[in-house]
Amino acid sequence: MPNIPVVETILNVNDQLAEKNRAIFDRAGLLALNVMASPGGGKTSVIARIIDTLRDEARIGVMDGDIVALDLEGFAAQGIPVSLINTGGNCHLDANMVHSALPTMDLDALDLLIIENVGNLICPAAFKLGSHLNVVIASVPEGSDKPYKYPAMFRGADVLLLNKMDLAAYMDFDVDYFRYGVEVLNPGVAFFPISCRTGEGLDAWHAWLRARLAEKIQARA
Amino acid sequence: MHELGVTQNILAIALRHAEEAGATRITRLSLVVGELSSIVDDSVQFYWDLIATGTLAEGATLEFRRVPAMLRCNDCRHEFRMDYESFLCPRCGGSHVAIAGGEEFYLESIDVDLPAPV
Repeated sequence: MPNIPVVETILNVNDQLAEKNRAIFDRAGLLALNVMASPGGGKTSVIARIIDTLRDEARIGVMDGDIVALDLEGFAAQGIPVSLINTGGNCHLDANMVHSALPTMDLDALDLLIIENVGNLICPAAFKLGSHLNVVIASVPEGSDKPYKYPAMFRGADVLLLNKMDLAAYMDFDVDYFRYGVEVLNPGVAFFPISCRTGEGLDAWHAWLRARLAEKIQARA
Repeated sequence: MHELGVTQNILAIALRHAEEAGATRITRLSLVVGELSSIVDDSVQFYWDLIATGTLAEGATLEFRRVPAMLRCNDCRHEFRMDYESFLCPRCGGSHVAIAGGEEFYLESIDVDLPAPV
C-alpha cells in the first residue's frame, strides 16, 4: 500500500472566507477590530470608551455577535451605525457570519469597524474574521492565570488590555505573573492596563489605536 | 473544538493527492497535531466518520501523531515540555523562553491503493 507524502498545512475553511472579508475591509479603506474577552470582561465598555473618545475623529461602526441587541442600543442612540449578528447562542463569531452581516452596513462610510465577539476565551481564537487587529481584553477579577489557561487566545492578540485595574487593590492579582505568561506567548505585544470605569490608562490605549487608524487611513492614498 | 471545518479540509487535501496519484482508495491518513493547535483528535475522528462516507477515503484510518507543547530557553538553550503553570526553564530557572513547538497541524502523508498495472 504505497505511501504518498503530503505535508500540507490544514486550514480551516473559515480562514479562506476571512481572507475575503479582509479584502472587503481593505477595499473600503477601514480598520476592523475583533474584540474578544470572557463574558463581562469589558468588551462593550471598551467599545463605548472608544466611541466617546474618537467619534469626532473617525467614522465608527459596530457589529455585535450576540443573542440580544442590548449592547448596541446605546450606540445606536448616539447615531453610530450598528449591526447585530444574531449568533443564535453560538459560542463564537466566524467569517461566514461576519460576511453575511457586511451588506447591512455602509462600509465605505466608515474608518473604524469594531466587531464585538461572543464572550468566550476559547472558541473565538480559532476563527479568524478577516479583521486587522485582535483586541483581547483580560480583567483583574478573572485572575492572573488566564494566559496560562488560554494560550491560543493570548498568543493571537495584537493588543492586550487588562481592564478593571480599579479593582486591583481588592484582588490577589499578580501582574508580573500575568505579564510574564503573555510575554512568552506573545513577545512584545502591546499591553495597556486600563479601567473603563475610572478612565485609568485609556489615554495610552486610545493613542495606540489612533496610530493604527492613521496608518490605515494613510494607506488609502 | 469545532473540527468540522478542518476535517473537511483534511478530506479535500487527501482526495486531491489521491486523485493526482490515480489511487482507487485511501486507506490511512497520517496527521500531525500539536498540543497548542486547539485541535481535538476525537472531534476530527467524529466528523471524519460522517463526511468520508461515499468518497475514496471511506473507511480510511486516521492516525494522529501528537506533538507536545515545547518551550526553548534563550539563556541556556534547553528545550522542555511546556508547564502550563510556570513557563520558567527547569534547568536554569531562566525566564527568557519562547514557544519551540506544538502548534503544528498538517497532513503528513496518506496510504493508498493503486490500480494493478495492466
